[in-house]
Amino acid sequence: MAIAPPDGALRFPVLVSGRRRSAIPGFGLTLGVTVTALCLVVLIPLAAILARAAGMGLHGFVQAAFSARALHAYALSFTASVIGASVNAVFGLLTAWVLVRYAFPGRAVLNALVDLPFALPTAVAGVALAGLYGGQGWIGRFAAPLGLKLAYNEVGVVIALTFVGLPFVVRTVEPVLRDLAVDVEEASASLGANRLQTLARVILPALAPAWITGFALAFARAVGEYGSVIFIAGNMPYRTEIAPLLITIELEQFDYGSASAIAAVMLGVAFTMLLVINLVQTWSRRFA
Amino acid sequence: MADDPAGAVHLSGDKLLTPELTRPPIAVSLKEVRKRFGRFAALDGVDLTIEPGELLALLGPSGSGKTTLLRLIAGLDFPDSGQVRFGGADVTLAHAAQRGVGFVFQQYALFRHMTVAKNIAFGMDVKPRRERPSGAERRARVQTLLELVQLDGLGARYPSQLSGGQRQRVALARALAVSPQILLLDEPFGALDASVRKSLRRELRRIHDATGVTTVFVTHDQEEALDLADRIAILNGGRIEQLGGPQAVLDAPASAFVAGFVAQANRIAGEVRQGLFTTPGATLPASGLADGPAIAFVRPHDLAPVAESAGGIAVRVQRVTPRGGLLWLECVAAEGLVLDAAVARKDVQPPVPGEPIRLALTGGHVFADPG
Repeated sequence: MAIAPPDGALRFPVLVSGRRRSAIPGFGLTLGVTVTALCLVVLIPLAAILARAAGMGLHGFVQAAFSARALHAYALSFTASVIGASVNAVFGLLTAWVLVRYAFPGRAVLNALVDLPFALPTAVAGVALAGLYGGQGWIGRFAAPLGLKLAYNEVGVVIALTFVGLPFVVRTVEPVLRDLAVDVEEASASLGANRLQTLARVILPALAPAWITGFALAFARAVGEYGSVIFIAGNMPYRTEIAPLLITIELEQFDYGSASAIAAVMLGVAFTMLLVINLVQTWSRRFA
Repeated sequence: MADDPAGAVHLSGDKLLTPELTRPPIAVSLKEVRKRFGRFAALDGVDLTIEPGELLALLGPSGSGKTTLLRLIAGLDFPDSGQVRFGGADVTLAHAAQRGVGFVFQQYALFRHMTVAKNIAFGMDVKPRRERPSGAERRARVQTLLELVQLDGLGARYPSQLSGGQRQRVALARALAVSPQILLLDEPFGALDASVRKSLRRELRRIHDATGVTTVFVTHDQEEALDLADRIAILNGGRIEQLGGPQAVLDAPASAFVAGFVAQANRIAGEVRQGLFTTPGATLPASGLADGPAIAFVRPHDLAPVAESAGGIAVRVQRVTPRGGLLWLECVAAEGLVLDAAVARKDVQPPVPGEPIRLALTGGHVFADPG
């Protein structure tokens, strides 16, 4: 404001009043606690990884982090995670739609099933998936004659990552879909839009921010997943070895430097991707 | 507004009154329409003809079926039996998208991820390519509508950046953009505060007169219906109790429900004998009514203080409230019956609370007491 204050005493309102008052006090305290907790739980361990990786020197770091084996592992981890999250984006949206829009017997059971991947120890999931999709498994044995191999290869990795990410899209889209009033759809119909146009122009754009969030969460979960994947992936170096497994292998060989280097790269890539997704999300919320 | 996408074309104000915004008005008729929700009969045999170009109010208490009736006309719900006709065409089973109606929802139902201009253009944007107006035509139409609802220059805003009254105008403009055969509004002013409500009411009248589109709106507020509508259909329990102009429903109520609902009325119990309604201290003509217990619905202005010698109902004044040119007298008669009387302030010396006075009936509507 370029308007001169009528009274000199009002010129420095912050200094005069000492501190700004708020109707919801406690900002300082809560922020302090939050930052402290975040430091202890997230930032300090991450910093330790970076410090350890930095201690290797540039040459050592590049050699450990960008070896042919590591590059294969990154490619598999991120590609399979994107595919898994994409599959979840489609089916999670569908599941949320069914849960919100239709009343049917067994809805409560389906609702609980969606959360199962949250609760199940991932190793249990891995063993179950490997049993199911392996050549002798209930599903694998029908796929095998068709020439499809669903376990102990890249497909198996995608299957496991899809499984662990399922709840994220469902649980983020569901409340928004529930809030999306039916009258908005009716308005669209009364203006002459067919169902497809209503879906494409009205419903999906309204769901987009939550949908992107769900995708990002499923993706992040998949990138970090370890337990379920190693049982179904086959873990062949240069083929079906995911990055988290490679880190474990380095650790088991007491090569903490290499493990840290790989971890640092994963950290960087994951952070960048999540940042981009966040920006997209902010853009898609511009109307709110 | 350089950044206003709708601002490319400017039209003069009188262009608004050209008929380009609407098709020729049509009549809408409903025959023996019934609709049940489970065991609840929302509409119990409704016959209604809406004249071309009229502004009709559907008035009734909640649960009377008025919103259901509106949704049946829009094609958002479908009757269990009966028929809906637009002009000569039977549209009973036609879906909302095929009917060419403009519907304004109670909570506006704006698309919140679209700008105001995009909201208004939506109905044109989703038309099949062959019928869709060109981009320039659509922008011109949006601009015309923004001017019509007095939101000129706000086309680039999002609904979340508008006030309730402005959102309502956007919803109205969006509904008009498709040149609807009929405009339907569900409790259009329900969510607005009193002053905005009053000015928007006048606005709707102006827009209706400018476009000439057949318009139906639902309300539970009798004042709104009387103020705005050419005719009023009064609904109760899924049936139309009366259909008529504001004068008719006020001065010649067709039923006890209408007499009690359309405007404030004192209910005075009495008895009909040979075409005359009698209550202690007063009588009213009740020709055509069978002998038996009856209730007179007497508007406050039909109660006049009179001298003790002239008879009248003996009451005691409880409260005296001036309201504009009127003086409201809250009185209590024998057996605790509360009577409200409204008299012109210049006609009377204000009584003192506690004072016994007598009230004569100068008019009223008598209906048999159902028991």
